[in-house]
Amino acid sequence: MAFSLSPERERQVDEILTHYPERRAALLPVLWLCQRQNGWISPEVVNYVAERLGLSTAIIKGVVTFYTMFFDEPVGENVVWVCRTLSCDLRGGKAIQDHLEKRLGCTAGRTSSDGKFTLLKAECLAACGQAPMVQINDYYYENLDLELLDRIIDAHADKGGEAAAAELSTFARFGTPRRNDRLAQASAPPPPTEEAVRVASQPPPAAEASNAGGDES
Amino acid sequence: MSEPIKPLLTSRYGVKESWKLANAESAGAYATARQALTTRKPEELKEEVKKANIRGRGGAGFPAGVKWGFLNPQAGEQIYLVINADESEPGTFKDRSIMDLDPHRLVEGAIISCYAIGAPVAYIYVRGELAFSLKRLEQAIAEARQAGYLGERPFGVDLGHPIEIYVHSGAGAYICGEETALLNSLEGRRGEPRLKPPFPAVKGVFGMPTIVNNVETIASVPDIIEMGGDAWSLLSRLPGDGGVRIYGVSGHVKNPGLFEAPVGITMRELIDDYAGGMLGDRPLKAVIPGGSSTPVLDPRRKVHAPAEDHPLHKWHGMSEIDVPMGVDTYRALGTMLGTCCAIVMDDSVNMVEACRNLMRFYKHESCGQCTPCREGTGWLVDVLNNLVHGRGKTEDVDLLVNISNNMMGNTICAFADGTAMPMLGMVQKFREEFMEAAVNGVPDGVRHDDSVRGMVEGAA
Repeated sequence: MAFSLSPERERQVDEILTHYPERRAALLPVLWLCQRQNGWISPEVVNYVAERLGLSTAIIKGVVTFYTMFFDEPVGENVVWVCRTLSCDLRGGKAIQDHLEKRLGCTAGRTSSDGKFTLLKAECLAACGQAPMVQINDYYYENLDLELLDRIIDAHADKGGEAAAAELSTFARFGTPRRNDRLAQASAPPPPTEEAVRVASQPPPAAEASNAGGDES
Repeated sequence: MSEPIKPLLTSRYGVKESWKLANAESAGAYATARQALTTRKPEELKEEVKKANIRGRGGAGFPAGVKWGFLNPQAGEQIYLVINADESEPGTFKDRSIMDLDPHRLVEGAIISCYAIGAPVAYIYVRGELAFSLKRLEQAIAEARQAGYLGERPFGVDLGHPIEIYVHSGAGAYICGEETALLNSLEGRRGEPRLKPPFPAVKGVFGMPTIVNNVETIASVPDIIEMGGDAWSLLSRLPGDGGVRIYGVSGHVKNPGLFEAPVGITMRELIDDYAGGMLGDRPLKAVIPGGSSTPVLDPRRKVHAPAEDHPLHKWHGMSEIDVPMGVDTYRALGTMLGTCCAIVMDDSVNMVEACRNLMRFYKHESCGQCTPCREGTGWLVDVLNNLVHGRGKTEDVDLLVNISNNMMGNTICAFADGTAMPMLGMVQKFREEFMEAAVNGVPDGVRHDDSVRGMVEGAA
């Protein structure tokens, strides 16, 4: 079946085209709009974009396959990217991945059998100071431990639970991405107390938003 | 102990809902842009940026004022400003904080910069993963346009050209942080770097003269113009490398995060004074100073600069981590300042394993255009896999060096150098560990996340 964008998104394409002197430059933004609507870049999407921008399908496939975030096959309802680059791995990135694999019942690179989650390994997501972290769909979840991670997965597993999950994302509590009260005390890893876990996963007050400025020195 | 400074770049991070125009404006946003556009000439502004000695904050450390000076548009050519927000260098997470917590500073910097270099359009290329930052920026731009700070007559002034800012989303590719790959991506192509020359200032996006600057560089422009280039430059502790910057620390410290400080603090200050010291007070083993492409520092090593005219003579005999962090000092030290975001590793880390982690990153991210890089990155990972899994030979350690040497300088862009340099630094400074791995492999007990794994897992 032929693919087409919703009227609202079509209007967005028209607007995007005014940003550039060349139509081709709209390719990435238009692919994004299509993927948001369709979930992945299907062959029908490629045909649609080719027609809309006046490009050959070969050019579009070349671009789609170059970029990690364009999916050329269907993915689950939620896409979980677990960061495994050095800064995250130094703070337990592998433990996060192991837990997700167990919890979702699939290895990285695959989709859970209920189709709800695709688990993917990511390279550095620019959240190194708040490691370990995962990205789920548009949201970053940082300073994770397994308890917090489970709550996030629970929320995303519910249909329409994205809003609840977003409350746990860094952006709902951004600027205070620290949990160091607990980490600071950790020498040879002591078992964290109930209290410490509770404090860690609560959004810290916004007034402490800046950890920049060297004010803690 | 370093003295805390009055924050400039991060001064609005703590403002409630700082990303909204009204809040940012009551905390000072756009006053400098208004003043610059209404009372000053573009040439004066360019001069201030030159005097500020601001070294590009994206990693290469090229003086931004000099870069602006390369523009020499021919008749009929339009100048573009492109802001590189493709922050992807492992260990680096500073630009995102500007976009999320003070997007209006970036917009204001872009307005002043567009006026100074004569660019009617600025594109902010944001990495695709940062969907949230993208939305924040789009909202900020919409608000600024609504307020009349963008468009045909910014601040009501007829500049002879409009100023428009557009956000462009990438889609997941580290290489798009390389400026010419970024330009290709912006044009709707695969993000493969271009052969240089021509440099972007001559032939950039859409074949037009283009200035590509990092987010933090552009976000510094309002302060530079407000204070004056000379005064801003003097905030630094080093000559020829001006101002303040955002330092990041990740890894095994008590207090990882972002800290604004003058250029020229030492790595020891950054770790001990700003980042709260080592996690669990374990010994510092190694630190990657400014993103994964910068060769590692080893605190055991002493600066060797007995000659009096050596740029590091002042620090002769001191530890590598006691040298002030500047573009030139770090180059003299045999590493790079890069993005100024450090990855700190304690003595629990096995360097072969840490190295394998980073080389896997480069293998994944090589764009594949040039053979030495495409094949070399994969080969390095293969050799490191053999070492870690106990299948290695002692000759493999020299093979790592050999492969790296054959990658350096043999490719279109700096990616291969950015892979080979840290690889060589690792082998040079921690050779005994690589030799040990060649004989015994890396036993599970020293895998690099062990020191914190218990903390992450303990909570479940």
